[in-house]
Amino acid sequence: MFAVIDCNNFFVSCEKVFNPALEGRAVVVLSNNDGCVVSRSQEAKDMGIKMGMPAYQLAEQMGLRVGEDVVAFSSNYKLYGDMSRRVMQVLQELVPSMEIYSIDECFASFSGVSVEQIAEKAAEIVYKVRKYTGIPVCVGVAPTKTLAKVANWYAKKYKGYKGYCIIDTDEKREKALQKLEIGEVWGIGRRYAKFLKGEGVNTAYAFTQKSAWWVKKNMGVVGLRTQMELGGQPVAQLDLREEKKSITTSRSFGEMVSSLEDLQGAVSSFASACAGKLRQQGSAAGYLNVYILTNFYREDLPRYYNSITIKLPEATDSTFLLVEEALKGLKQIYRKGYLYKKAGVIVGDIVPCNAVQQNLFEHKDTEKMKCLNEVLDSVNSKYGRDALKIAVQGGLSDDQAEKWAMKRTWLSGNYTTDLKDIINIKA
Amino acid sequence: MSTKSAVPGISVELPEIKAGFPSPAQDYVENGIDLNRELVRNPSSTFFGRARGNSMEGAGIFDGDLLIIDKSLEPREGAIAVCFIDGEFTLKRIHFERDGGVVVAIWLQPENESFAPIKVTQDNQFIIWGLVVHSVRSF
Repeated sequence: MFAVIDCNNFFVSCEKVFNPALEGRAVVVLSNNDGCVVSRSQEAKDMGIKMGMPAYQLAEQMGLRVGEDVVAFSSNYKLYGDMSRRVMQVLQELVPSMEIYSIDECFASFSGVSVEQIAEKAAEIVYKVRKYTGIPVCVGVAPTKTLAKVANWYAKKYKGYKGYCIIDTDEKREKALQKLEIGEVWGIGRRYAKFLKGEGVNTAYAFTQKSAWWVKKNMGVVGLRTQMELGGQPVAQLDLREEKKSITTSRSFGEMVSSLEDLQGAVSSFASACAGKLRQQGSAAGYLNVYILTNFYREDLPRYYNSITIKLPEATDSTFLLVEEALKGLKQIYRKGYLYKKAGVIVGDIVPCNAVQQNLFEHKDTEKMKCLNEVLDSVNSKYGRDALKIAVQGGLSDDQAEKWAMKRTWLSGNYTTDLKDIINIKA
Repeated sequence: MSTKSAVPGISVELPEIKAGFPSPAQDYVENGIDLNRELVRNPSSTFFGRARGNSMEGAGIFDGDLLIIDKSLEPREGAIAVCFIDGEFTLKRIHFERDGGVVVAIWLQPENESFAPIKVTQDNQFIIWGLVVHSVRSF
């Protein structure tokens, strides 16, 4: 059995941990430069605030008074990254193995957990993550990842589930799929959802009733995989799917590695792969996360997991910048004396390149950027890592530096990573 | 670029790393006393806060002290707790008033005679946010 563990309204929930007075209020978190709504409390959803809605529309279109009717926060990825790390650390103590999928979501294997114990385990996850970190999570459990996502959707949607939903029989599976709109299925993008509805396939269940031949012809192997998964047949390779909110590049090492140098090599290549994917789809990332972990199957070896999230000063798709930041992050979380099994780089808060303002590099002029990257690399390898970076980044005039500073009007404190920002407690 | 390192007290070592990896001599410099390890039992649930005020001086907590708070611990009678009541965090000892084993009220008890205990009623927005496990004072 697989479990999907997903944090509820994650960014908003992080803010609420350190500001419990927000309970019961409409709260939103905005993307870089306070652009659009990227996370909403239930109350904000109930008000009709939509995901991705530009911030100015809250006042202009909906007539809401920001700060009164709705509380807005600038995104504080340092805080969210640290809270994510805590959530994953709690989870990793509770499940036999897990795959971190994004900043607020992970898959876990429930192998070895007996059928009778599944509900107990799921309830324990919901309780412990909430208790330890203050973050509410929902758990979906099913025989395949795609079905686990379906179960998770139900757990989120209906309070009666108390945070977890288990699809463990064909009867439950069919019932769940019959009520699920096709567009809600993991792996069915907006375009396919539209196509399927045009073909009269409106629910996930209807999709499972189509012939495999028809699905493959119209939607390729990926569509077929989704169909098999919805049918309860686990498909081994699922990591191909693209995640909307973030891009992850990670790999388990054939042989466990322990030296910082080896990890640096891996993390550099992951970061540059992420940059490549970003450029391919014409988008840029606002934050970067690096994580490393030991082999959690090996109980005889010391276990270690850590991750760090770095807020980028400006959304970027530059290989050079992403690699540089990833390596800085790695240095902070690396601890000597462990055998590492896996490392990964996640980039998130992805925006289209044309939405990125004030960028140092011309995104359209890839030739120029490639050239610049090459020059940087060769100079740095000759004269040391920071030789040219300083010349480039330190050469900004005050005016330019001002322009570079991001608009973050409603930024909360770094309650967990900066002693200056820790909560004040009236004694 | 802002990649200032995480505050040492908040960095993360898992609790089970007690024996360490067998590399006795090589790492001796790094194996000094690690306050993180000593004072932070549960890294994932440990948070920091600053005491503001003198209502808890009798418990040895003074204005400006750094509080190490563990959210994972279950509230127990007499524990020093970070509570959230009516819009603010407050630091008090908690007492459960029971009637035949059933908790009928929670009292927030200061440790300073010039402050009165607070009775938590259903009208208060109230949560026990975490328990204080250590307090650090600088001289």
